[in-house]
Amino acid sequence: MNSIILRTASPFLVGLTVLFSIYVLLRGHNEPGGGFIGGLIGASAFATYTLAEGAAATRRALVLSPIALAGIGLLIAGASGLASLLFGDAFLTGQWWFPAFNPELKYLSTVVLFDIGVYLVVVGAILAIIIGLEDET
Amino acid sequence: MLAAVLTPFVLALAAPAVRRWAGPAAGWLLAAGPAALTLYFATLLGPVAAGEALSFSTPWVPGSGVMLSFYIDGLSLLFALLICGIGSFIVAYAAAYLHGHADLGRFLLFILLFMGSMLGLVLADNVITLFVFWELTSITSFLLIGFNHREARSRRAAVQALVVTGGGGLALLAGLLLMAQVGGSLELSVLLTQGELLRAHPAYAAMLTLVLLGAFTKSAQLPFHFWLPNAMEAPTPVSAYLHSATMVKAGVYLLARMNPGLGGTEAWQTTLVIFGGLTFLVGAVLALRNTDLKLMLAQTTVASLGLLVLLIGVGTELALQGAMAYLLAHALFKGALFMVAGSIDHGSGTRELTALGGLRRAMPLTFAAGALAAVSMAGLPPLFGFIAKEFVYKGTLDGPAALAVTACAVIGNALMFAVACLVGFKPFLGARTATPHAPHEGGPGLWLGPLVLATLGLLTGLLFNATERLLIAPAVAAVAGAPVPVDLYLWGGFKAPLWLSLATVALGALLLWRARPLQAALARRLGRLWGPDQGYDQFLDGLMGFARAVSARVQTGSLRRYLLLGFAVLALALVSPLLRHGLGAASFAMPMGDLYVWGVALLTVAGGLAIAFTQSRLVAILAMGVLGLAVAFVFLMFGAPDLVFTQLMVETLSVVILALIIARVPVSENDTRGWGRAVGDATLAIVIGASITLILLAVTGVPLDMSLSEYFAAKSYTEAYGRNIVNVILVDFRALDTFGEIAVVLIAAVAVLGLLGPRAEDKAAPESSS
Amino acid sequence: MEPLIAIVVGALFAISVFLLLSGSLIRLVMGLFVLSNATHLLIFVAGRLTRENPPLIAEGMKVAEAGIANPLPQALILTAIVISFSLFAFVLVLTYRAHRSLHTVDTEAMRVAEPAPRAARLRGRDV
Repeated sequence: MNSIILRTASPFLVGLTVLFSIYVLLRGHNEPGGGFIGGLIGASAFATYTLAEGAAATRRALVLSPIALAGIGLLIAGASGLASLLFGDAFLTGQWWFPAFNPELKYLSTVVLFDIGVYLVVVGAILAIIIGLEDET
Repeated sequence: MLAAVLTPFVLALAAPAVRRWAGPAAGWLLAAGPAALTLYFATLLGPVAAGEALSFSTPWVPGSGVMLSFYIDGLSLLFALLICGIGSFIVAYAAAYLHGHADLGRFLLFILLFMGSMLGLVLADNVITLFVFWELTSITSFLLIGFNHREARSRRAAVQALVVTGGGGLALLAGLLLMAQVGGSLELSVLLTQGELLRAHPAYAAMLTLVLLGAFTKSAQLPFHFWLPNAMEAPTPVSAYLHSATMVKAGVYLLARMNPGLGGTEAWQTTLVIFGGLTFLVGAVLALRNTDLKLMLAQTTVASLGLLVLLIGVGTELALQGAMAYLLAHALFKGALFMVAGSIDHGSGTRELTALGGLRRAMPLTFAAGALAAVSMAGLPPLFGFIAKEFVYKGTLDGPAALAVTACAVIGNALMFAVACLVGFKPFLGARTATPHAPHEGGPGLWLGPLVLATLGLLTGLLFNATERLLIAPAVAAVAGAPVPVDLYLWGGFKAPLWLSLATVALGALLLWRARPLQAALARRLGRLWGPDQGYDQFLDGLMGFARAVSARVQTGSLRRYLLLGFAVLALALVSPLLRHGLGAASFAMPMGDLYVWGVALLTVAGGLAIAFTQSRLVAILAMGVLGLAVAFVFLMFGAPDLVFTQLMVETLSVVILALIIARVPVSENDTRGWGRAVGDATLAIVIGASITLILLAVTGVPLDMSLSEYFAAKSYTEAYGRNIVNVILVDFRALDTFGEIAVVLIAAVAVLGLLGPRAEDKAAPESSS
Repeated sequence: MEPLIAIVVGALFAISVFLLLSGSLIRLVMGLFVLSNATHLLIFVAGRLTRENPPLIAEGMKVAEAGIANPLPQALILTAIVISFSLFAFVLVLTYRAHRSLHTVDTEAMRVAEPAPRAARLRGRDV
């Protein structure tokens, strides 16, 4: 796609959208949002970037290959479930940490870690498909 | 006792490593294991002869009453001694016979696995344990027959043996379970005391048929005898061990074991005597027809198994004595003769009887073993084979149809006499013939085994009192189900058995004298005859043809047809409950006031219809967008903000991917269906759609069980610290499901990457830029 | 409003079946798209419809108020949307790959794995 407007705006647009997607991811436990939605938003941000700048640019921006990102996400999600085994609970039972300085902080948990894993899998998998297709000539 | 059964398995796993380590000494090292087991079982001889029975039991599948239980009485001890004793010589023999073979380690592994399975089979008390070991022997036999797996003949023989004995094993399982059901126990030691109950039960015929199928296939009885000669494709140690001394006797063992439970009826007697007798004669005749040493021995094994089945069928005390004595004699002389045949093959390079002669100078020790074993097989005193034959005749004279059965035995034994002399003497006597190798004696591994076994045939004969007390009497007691007085002898005076023996020898000598023309005539006559071996091929061909015909019919390769069939079944499944149960409390209330909802509903359907009926690609993509948006609106109206978000993002990304793809597939997606087909498809589609609507209405007409949802609503914040219940369900309450789902997403991406990229089958696919 | 949406669900199912039977891969993919939307709505309706009260626990409350929408089907549908999107993408790429290798999108013309019956019988004979 050779739109000059898109090409100029896309870096900012992408930055903002990714930021927004992370916000949606983190607020998901209490308000509409979460790993799936955040991941889809993040993926669409990079999809826009890919359409504007090409697959190579996205690959540079991501540092890791998208499929590796997705794999890491799955590992994080799985690992977050293993933590509960240390405390004698079943696999994937949520574990919370209430730090002394702010016991009301409810983000430090394996559940949020799991949601981050979901986010990474969704972003990675969708980008892998889109970049793969963009690579095809 | 469990340790005794497990020892061969442990040794088996160690065998390849031992072979690599110890090199040529591996055979002797590994043979020490079964030799030690033989000694262990030998120490049990005294107690068992004194009437003790040893048992061991540990829960295996306690829920179904399956125990890993073992039991030693005279019968199992006799078998255990044969298995371990002959087994130790076989291991040493195999190491020498396959000396330098690349896969010797694998061979030793298999043969020790077999030894453990066979030991477990004869010691098993629980019927499930028995069945598992029974099938293990079939499987290890398959592996051993197919040892030279690069040869098509070996593979065929291995598969054939597995199909026949494995199939019989399944019948056996059914029979054993039936017996256990009727007898009320899975333990044989209990079941066999319930003989009256079993024999009087209406299902007795079924039990008998199934158990006999198992025994007959395993012990190569007519009409299943064909697999055993084919199994001679296996290396000779296997033939000597599995297919003469032990595995094929499993069927005989089973019959002997079942005798107190199932035996004694007319059906049992008639079936066993007829099948055993026929097998005996057919096997003996076929043995004389062949000129390959191994095949001759294999056919005499078929014959001997027939004789054993016949004797168990006759079932009188004397017949059972004959059976047990012959069992022991046969294991000793046949094991020895097979090993002798292998040594001849190994030393001279051929097993063809007509090409062999005058080997006595070159292979004196092998000759001694062969001659001794052959004399036992021929049934001449003072070897144990003679005693066995005396008791065989006493047994046949004692039973029903004594004249016919005895005549059958005499003719069969005369044929065996001729074959024994041919195999045991012909290769060694007479003038030296030219053989592929210069004949030479092998290492001690090759001659020690046959020599010891043949000598044991002599010793058991000379020391018949000890043999009787320690081996035969306890075994007969176990088979008969009660102690039986046994009185073995070498000299019984000029009575009927002796006259029969003399007649046998005379007839055998006559056959021997005319052996050459007889063999030629038999080969001519029987060469072209249809046999069960061809029947097996025809059966398999038929099965394959049937499978091809069915799959050609069911799997037409037309996706449309598969889908059509699937949807037709779906329509049937949807319509039939509606017809049977009606609509129940379904409500059709559709308040007209909520125009907003009506608008969105119409938009959704319009989008769908546009996708289906437009001829323009662009319109179709747009319509998909409309449909997706309209569904998002439905979610929005009914309180599902998370779904709205998700739906909108997926919508966007779908269009992106669709655009990327469609640009690369420049083919029209117009509907190519003719009018007739389109109308038919539409009718099916409408039936499905309408019944889904109606069923959904019926479902919403009944109250919904909200307990799960209420549980989540109540616990979401108090236990999982989240206010968005949907998200809490996803990442906490049902996190394992979500974990599986993201794994699916990842797999889909991996699969897509696999599909992308250049392929060999593409026309001039350019290298991608990355 | 369940009856109205139930009729929409039925209509969407009918359309998707019609598209799936068409014999062109592209139309088949579109049928799949309609089918997944129909299925999501089916689950949604089966969990009952509640106007405009999302399944959230209000700030300051510990337990959800009565009358919120049923959260369970929403959780099911949310993952279903993502999964069917993955499937949709996969089938699209499969279509593309099939077209590139076989130069057709007609399912009846794709005979690599399962040759036409007559050919299958001829091939079967010399196996």
